[in-house]
Amino acid sequence: MIKAILIFNNHGKPRLSKFYQRYSEDTQQQIIRETFHLVSKRDENVCNFLEGGLLIGGSDNKLIYRHYATLYFVFCVDSSESELGILDLIQVNLLDMGYAHCFYYICTYFFSLIFYVHNILAEMVMGGMVLETNMNEIVTQIDAQNKLEKSEAGLAGAPARAVSAVKNMNLPEIPRNINIGDISIKVPNLPTFK
Amino acid sequence: MALKMVKGSIDRMFDKNLQDLVRGIRNHKEDEAKYISQCIDEIKQELKQDNIAVKANAVCKLTYLQMLGYDISWAAFNIIEVMSASKFTFKRIGYLAASQCFHEGTDVIMLTTNQIRKDLSSPNQYDTGVALTGLSCFVTPDLARDLANDIMTLMSHTKPYIRKKAVLIMYKVFLKYPESLRPAFPRLKEKLEDPDPGVQSAAVNVICELARRNPKNYLSLAPLFFKLMTSSTNNWVLIKIIKLFGALTPLEPRLGKKLIEPLTNLIHRYVWQILLCSLRTVLISLSSGMPNHSASIQLCVQKLRILIEDSDQNLKYLGLLAMSKILKTHPKSVQSHKDLILQCLDDKDESIRLRALDLLYGMVSKKNLMEIVKKLMIHVDKAEGTTYRDELLTKIIDICSQSNYQYITNFEWYISILVELTRLEGTRHGHLIAAQMLDVAIRVKAIRKFAVSQMAMLLDNAHLIASNTQRNGICEVLYAAAWICGEFSEHLEEANQTLEAMLRPKVTTLPGHIQAVYVQNMVKLYASILQQKEQAGDKEAAQEITQLMIERLPQFVQSADLEVQERASCILQLIKYIQKLQVKEVPVAEEVIALFAGELNPVAPKAQKKVPVPEGLDLDAWINEPPSDSESEDEKPKTIFHDEEQRHSKPRHPEMDEEELARRREARKQEQANNPFYIKSSPSPQKRYQDTPGVEHIPVVQIDLSVPLKVPGMPMSDQYVKLEEERRHKQKLEKDKKKKKQKKEKRGKHHRHNSLHTESEEDIAPAHRVDIITEEMPENALPSDEDDKDPNDPYKALDIDLDKPLADSEKLPVQRHRNAEALKTPDSEAPPVEKKSKKPKKKEKKHKEKEKDKGKKKEKEKKVVEEEEEKKVIRGVMSSSYGPYLLLCFVLTYDIQGNLQNDSQVTVSVIFENKSTSFLKSMELNVLDSLNTKMLRPEGSSVHDGIPVPFQLPPGISNEAQFVFTLQSIVMAQKLKGTLSFIVKNDEGSTHEKLDFKLHFSCASYLITTPCYSDAFAKLLESGDLHMSSIKVDGISISFQHLLAKICFHHHFSVVERVDSCASMYSRSIQGHHVCLLVKKGENSVSIDGKCSDPTLLSNLLDEMKETLSTC
Repeated sequence: MIKAILIFNNHGKPRLSKFYQRYSEDTQQQIIRETFHLVSKRDENVCNFLEGGLLIGGSDNKLIYRHYATLYFVFCVDSSESELGILDLIQVNLLDMGYAHCFYYICTYFFSLIFYVHNILAEMVMGGMVLETNMNEIVTQIDAQNKLEKSEAGLAGAPARAVSAVKNMNLPEIPRNINIGDISIKVPNLPTFK
Repeated sequence: MALKMVKGSIDRMFDKNLQDLVRGIRNHKEDEAKYISQCIDEIKQELKQDNIAVKANAVCKLTYLQMLGYDISWAAFNIIEVMSASKFTFKRIGYLAASQCFHEGTDVIMLTTNQIRKDLSSPNQYDTGVALTGLSCFVTPDLARDLANDIMTLMSHTKPYIRKKAVLIMYKVFLKYPESLRPAFPRLKEKLEDPDPGVQSAAVNVICELARRNPKNYLSLAPLFFKLMTSSTNNWVLIKIIKLFGALTPLEPRLGKKLIEPLTNLIHRYVWQILLCSLRTVLISLSSGMPNHSASIQLCVQKLRILIEDSDQNLKYLGLLAMSKILKTHPKSVQSHKDLILQCLDDKDESIRLRALDLLYGMVSKKNLMEIVKKLMIHVDKAEGTTYRDELLTKIIDICSQSNYQYITNFEWYISILVELTRLEGTRHGHLIAAQMLDVAIRVKAIRKFAVSQMAMLLDNAHLIASNTQRNGICEVLYAAAWICGEFSEHLEEANQTLEAMLRPKVTTLPGHIQAVYVQNMVKLYASILQQKEQAGDKEAAQEITQLMIERLPQFVQSADLEVQERASCILQLIKYIQKLQVKEVPVAEEVIALFAGELNPVAPKAQKKVPVPEGLDLDAWINEPPSDSESEDEKPKTIFHDEEQRHSKPRHPEMDEEELARRREARKQEQANNPFYIKSSPSPQKRYQDTPGVEHIPVVQIDLSVPLKVPGMPMSDQYVKLEEERRHKQKLEKDKKKKKQKKEKRGKHHRHNSLHTESEEDIAPAHRVDIITEEMPENALPSDEDDKDPNDPYKALDIDLDKPLADSEKLPVQRHRNAEALKTPDSEAPPVEKKSKKPKKKEKKHKEKEKDKGKKKEKEKKVVEEEEEKKVIRGVMSSSYGPYLLLCFVLTYDIQGNLQNDSQVTVSVIFENKSTSFLKSMELNVLDSLNTKMLRPEGSSVHDGIPVPFQLPPGISNEAQFVFTLQSIVMAQKLKGTLSFIVKNDEGSTHEKLDFKLHFSCASYLITTPCYSDAFAKLLESGDLHMSSIKVDGISISFQHLLAKICFHHHFSVVERVDSCASMYSRSIQGHHVCLLVKKGENSVSIDGKCSDPTLLSNLLDEMKETLSTC
């Protein structure tokens, strides 16, 4: 079982947290802080597994993490998950495909990153169990849902999108090219307002 | 309409959206909290608006704030509103927010049941998907029970997307509602062979999770999994199946033999590292049952060695992990790789070091223990970072103390290791070291002399340890040191000096509990010194020591810690009294020492629990009938364990039956005689030491105690290592000699002693004759392991035999089933609405009635008053006159809410929901007024006129209207009959329709949850103008907490005070009646005593309550 999925930046500020067990808001923050504390002091070229998170789970638990650019992706799992399998999940699904994909979506659909990643996670992991590992399948489902959402917005959504687009105009950091490892993704041009 | 929508969204543009919020938080780094509270205020405003898009936006922002750690449970109701939006965009936001913040304690979660059911059966697969995903995060036992059947149906949905989600969520449902496992299992099994790989993998996933906890119930699935394993190409499925087999093989050894071959094939087939790793692990665990596979184990270990030596840290880690699994079954094969493991201890990666440490734990033997611990001690010195150092410390102690100190041959060495560990700064584990010191000193009698001398030295150097007391826990060892010195003071050589060390003024800076032990033990010391001096006839010295005590003790009397103060003043008086006697030249030492006579035996931690209940003793029965209800609480049947307590307390109670005692003592002795570890009845340890024959043959090393003692700092364990080596060498020589002589039977004290293999580790006899006293257990203790299991383990409930045929009673509750039950209760809270259609000629008439209590919380701005509302759903499915195929479905949801401003009015909010495909218009709601309750109509209209509903309903739309009712008296529950007339319009024309319903005004709906302080509550009860009444309900199985929540929720009470299983509750009616309740929970019944200013109201309320509780 996956107990929690946490994404936070180099300063420990949470970017996304998903807990598959109930913890109070305070405990959740403590867990994030503790995890950040444990993960951040590790060198770059050590292994990606870590034990010793006291708050979440105890001895049966492991943290499996990846440090990517400015973000830490951490999965808290128990012994029934395969360590390398989860690592693979983070690497292939979340980072290589998902990350690039979501930049694309922020640009085109003005999605917020957090909700986008939540949606990917929802297709990937459900209630703490791995639901789907085939990235193509995940992307197909996400695309279909987004299309549905877009069709719903229709006329009413247009002004909001326009405003949102204007608000995003001054964002200098929209990347033109994303380089991850040896994969290079060209970000499509911003569509004009509809 | 469309214009309004556009207008709404134009307004919306200028609201903050999530990006603005995130950006805003970044821009307000210095006053983030203020900015966020401002945002929350804005969000509250937005949530009040009607526009669902605005609400969704607000909920979106709340979800983000929740991630930052802000509690958003107050918005739970709004989240439900967004969840029930018809658009997928909003629904998704709503469900996400719900999955992030809903949990079992969220009270409005009951409201979601119907919404979720509706979404589950939605034609849009993504509505269903999003509902399933959300539900997987917040499913509660109630939701699981109500929705299990719906989810079961979804498992055979046509779309694989839904199927796989439904299959996966079943695991969560099983956890919350174990009864569903058996009925759902056949279908789950079916899904293992689903054509879609996603569904298949979900099913494998669920079964693996289930089997991990209770493998034996899933053995019958092995052939199926075997087939899957050989045919599947999905790596995830393979890993899961292999892990599953890992759990199954220990139960069925034959399985292992079958598996070896395909698994080896798999290893050849797949290069994928992940698979390779788990494959190896399992292969190892498989062959563990078969001795002839030790060769393959060796091979595996060799392979693992290559992994561990790999430069990739991840592989190294996994290699070590796998190694530790082999270690459990084949310790020998791993032990040869000790060099590698020790090398890993030097790794820069903490995870790897910790893994290596774990391995070490299993690798120690008598021979290498000292060497390994020495290495670890070096690491302790080098380690940076307290967590790792603490981990090392606990590991050292774990390694040494494992299986009853099995590997320790020289306890002096161990004590000196412990003392060395006290030099660690900033460790959290002071208490652990202290516990070890106490344990060793108590249980190993031979070591006491040495331990006492070491402890005396620790006390003497207390200033080193206690220098930074507040920060670290290491001062805990002083607790142990003081106790050991006091308790075994007869071994102390320079007792005077130790006593003085304990009386130093610096001691008062130690934590309270340590000081308390100091005070107690200095008296023990004092007593033994006194005895010494008196025996020597040195009266002056005796008086001197008394004087010293009297001078120094007052510093403890002034302690802020109560325990210390009490002990110190008590003892001070005692010593003053002794002084008086001494002045009169009366010998007192004997009497003082008698205070501490007797020996404390170690008692096993579970001893108390294991005392069997004597036959014929009913622990729940009253010993004396309680005089009255109210005083009964403090009468606990405490004396049950009398017998047990007596045995452990030093002074024997004379009233104990002598004969019985003798008999028991005899039995115990017999038992102890058969126990090689239990040697304790001899008068004194030293004496027995000499008694035992064969002692001379064991070379007891004359340890020069002066060496470590004179080192001003601490002792060095290294010296003991050297000494031990010498000793072993000597021992070996001696043994060789003896072998030549032969025959002289050497009576080793340990039964594991064995003189066959010269080199075997068992040969190393301990330096001291060590009596490891086993911990005392009560006689006839029940040998049970059950207490190791957690009774609250959620997985225990899932231990269900799945092969039994399914009984009828086990079928999953379908929603109709429950309603039928609800119908039977004549006066349930919200009576189902009678539905009639004007024209009785319909061909198929479905009659589905539903009621569901619901509630929501609202926050009133200035008042802290929380109003709970009750929601009642009236759902009528009506076949209309439009022909046999058109079904008209209309849902009314209403809630009744007391009006705070007006004491004789209640507001009824009704939500109209059109579930048909026709357009509904000209709705008019009319209610037949009673004498007591009247609907407030606009002026000038007659009693028979209905009130028009101010909106029309297109298909699938819902809207809310409010109606005000005036009441005269609120002491009785009311039922009003009403009619809703409306015009149905569709392509074929329009007709007039009518829907009859009943509104139920329960007494509880007139109550307003009002907080009350306990003193005000007490005053109210004392005032004496309240009438009293009480009820009792049997057969309550829910927890008290849950019960109180139910009363609070359904009947609008607030808890004033709660003590154990007794609580007082308060509420107020809109007309100002006070209602006080005292709720007491018994074994499985609940009694409620109520007091209220109106007796009728009270009895009606209690009746309603009885109704609610009897359904629990």
